[in-house]
Amino acid sequence: MRAYIIRRILQIIPVFLGILIILFMIIELSPGGPMGNYIDPKMRPEMKEALAEKFGLNDPPVTRFFKWIGATLQGDLGQSIKFLKPVTEVLRPMIGPSLALSSLSLLLAMLVGIPAGIVSATKQYTLADNSLTVFSLIGISMPSFFFALLLLKFFSVDLGLFPLFGLRNPLYNAPNIFAQMGHMLWHLALPTVVLGLGSTATFMRYTRSSMLEVIRSDYIRTARAKGLAEKVVIYRHAFRNAVIPIITLLGFWIPALLSGAVITESIFGLPGLGKISVEAVMYRDYPIILAINAMLAMLTLLSTIIADILYAAADPRIKYN
Amino acid sequence: MNNTAVKQETLLEVKGLTKYFPIQAGVFHKTVGHVKAVDDVSFTVKRGKTMGLVGESGCGKSTTGRVLLRLLEPTAGEVSFAGNDVFKADKRQLQRLRTQMQIIFQDPYSSLNPRLPVREIVGEAMLQHGIASGRRDMNERVIEVIGKCGLFPEQASRYPHQFSGGQRQRICIARALAVNPEFVVCDEAVSALDVSIQSQIINLLKDMQDEMGLTYLFISHDLSVVKFISDDVGVMYLGQIVEYGGKQQIFENPAHPYTEALLSAAPSFDPKARNNKKRIIMEGDVPSPANPPPGCRFHTRCPFAKDMCKEIVPENKELEPGHFVMCHKAHGLL
Repeated sequence: MRAYIIRRILQIIPVFLGILIILFMIIELSPGGPMGNYIDPKMRPEMKEALAEKFGLNDPPVTRFFKWIGATLQGDLGQSIKFLKPVTEVLRPMIGPSLALSSLSLLLAMLVGIPAGIVSATKQYTLADNSLTVFSLIGISMPSFFFALLLLKFFSVDLGLFPLFGLRNPLYNAPNIFAQMGHMLWHLALPTVVLGLGSTATFMRYTRSSMLEVIRSDYIRTARAKGLAEKVVIYRHAFRNAVIPIITLLGFWIPALLSGAVITESIFGLPGLGKISVEAVMYRDYPIILAINAMLAMLTLLSTIIADILYAAADPRIKYN
Repeated sequence: MNNTAVKQETLLEVKGLTKYFPIQAGVFHKTVGHVKAVDDVSFTVKRGKTMGLVGESGCGKSTTGRVLLRLLEPTAGEVSFAGNDVFKADKRQLQRLRTQMQIIFQDPYSSLNPRLPVREIVGEAMLQHGIASGRRDMNERVIEVIGKCGLFPEQASRYPHQFSGGQRQRICIARALAVNPEFVVCDEAVSALDVSIQSQIINLLKDMQDEMGLTYLFISHDLSVVKFISDDVGVMYLGQIVEYGGKQQIFENPAHPYTEALLSAAPSFDPKARNNKKRIIMEGDVPSPANPPPGCRFHTRCPFAKDMCKEIVPENKELEPGHFVMCHKAHGLL
């Protein structure tokens, strides 16, 4: 198992390098460039030259790629063209809110979606199942910006229960760290629901279909014939066998949640990775775009490894060596 | 068996057992018909004996077995097990009945939970029903029962995928016997196995029967297996038992054309017998159980069918003591 994990982590290296090459190429091939935002039509050519030199855009792409890779491996992600600050400094304050938002919504999705899926499967074609199915269809099809606006109108504007935007109120002085956390959770409540809606619905449908398949199998009939309580049959025998597709889904969903928060973060005015990556693309801020995408790629690679390890934990038939 | 002189006690009595599955169609799942999987089936199983149930696939054998353990809820009928009404049992009574009535399924690959080690699969029900007083006791009992079934103690902590098909079926048997049942339904228990393994498993079932005084309902489509293990045999066709009797009566002196056709189709190992055997070839397919033919259900394929068979349902009459048959011809009416 240990050897397997080490081997998988070593395998990340070439894959990650390949991803970086493709990333760099896509950005290089896309039209426009960061210079556009700095160039005055009346600017003299030698000034343009000097500006390009300053951002390191005069070298041929291959040279720039190796320079970038070399610096990245040493932990230097370069200078942001828009913010004129090191990329790490720009991104550091953004990671916390994004991570908090996405992990909260993933938690919501699992805590609500999986039990709802189990109920839906065990009570197939009943009122409960049908209502949950309708809910999940709404959840999957509802555009997040619209759902966000609905929630804001109802809970923030009409009822005044939740703040309209932002991560914290600058005028609020927290007496201690717990009050500060509570304050931030209060701000994150609506965005969490918006971001979690789609994933809750997806988790529910996956759990339902996977449970339905397992419930029909012979060993569930065996478990019933043993005279076990229905609860034991469902949770000990059925759910354990239904959990593999859910793990797969989880592996896909972790990176998707981080990158998918663009709209939600923009609407709720949260300083997060989604918001900053949109700004970076608009501005052709190459170093930031590259850094965010490289980070997501790494996260995806790590999530698949984690999912594979969880498979082995969930199913004794899966053994790695 | 040598104690034929002793009055044989009835362990299981099935009366008018019926199971219909609704066929639903349309937007609102309206019930448009029923698959009559089991239709008014009655039989008795004597304590310590084996009743074989044979028939083609889809004739309702397995459904019969499952309904009488209440793994499926019956549509109608009555099952009395050692004086208890199985279908009227409430949750607690049913729990107790589960320790007395067990089932072994056909496919040893799908009927064992892949996530649990043998110890749990076999021992779980012991804890549930309070047969084992704790985990240590459970462990000892598990080792004992799997030992009886031909497995080694160290195999208790392995998972089902680490065993061969025959060994898995041994686990299934150990699992069923773990709660000391009186009655076991063997639902095609050897059909998925190699012929060489089949005989091992059948011998194991027989040994267990002698040792624990078990009563079996042995469901199979394999006539030679049924002939070997059964004391009484019921022949099922389209949800009904068309002929029922002692093993000798059914195999030596079949009265129903369907039984004859089944027996003539079974391969024989004796080349001489093979030559004088007359093959009865049935025509057509089994009709749909959703819409069984009127009159005698077998008339669409019966070589002897007359007009009467198309209209009048034959009675279930006793030809000789203990030998029942549902056929106008056998009743001498044709």
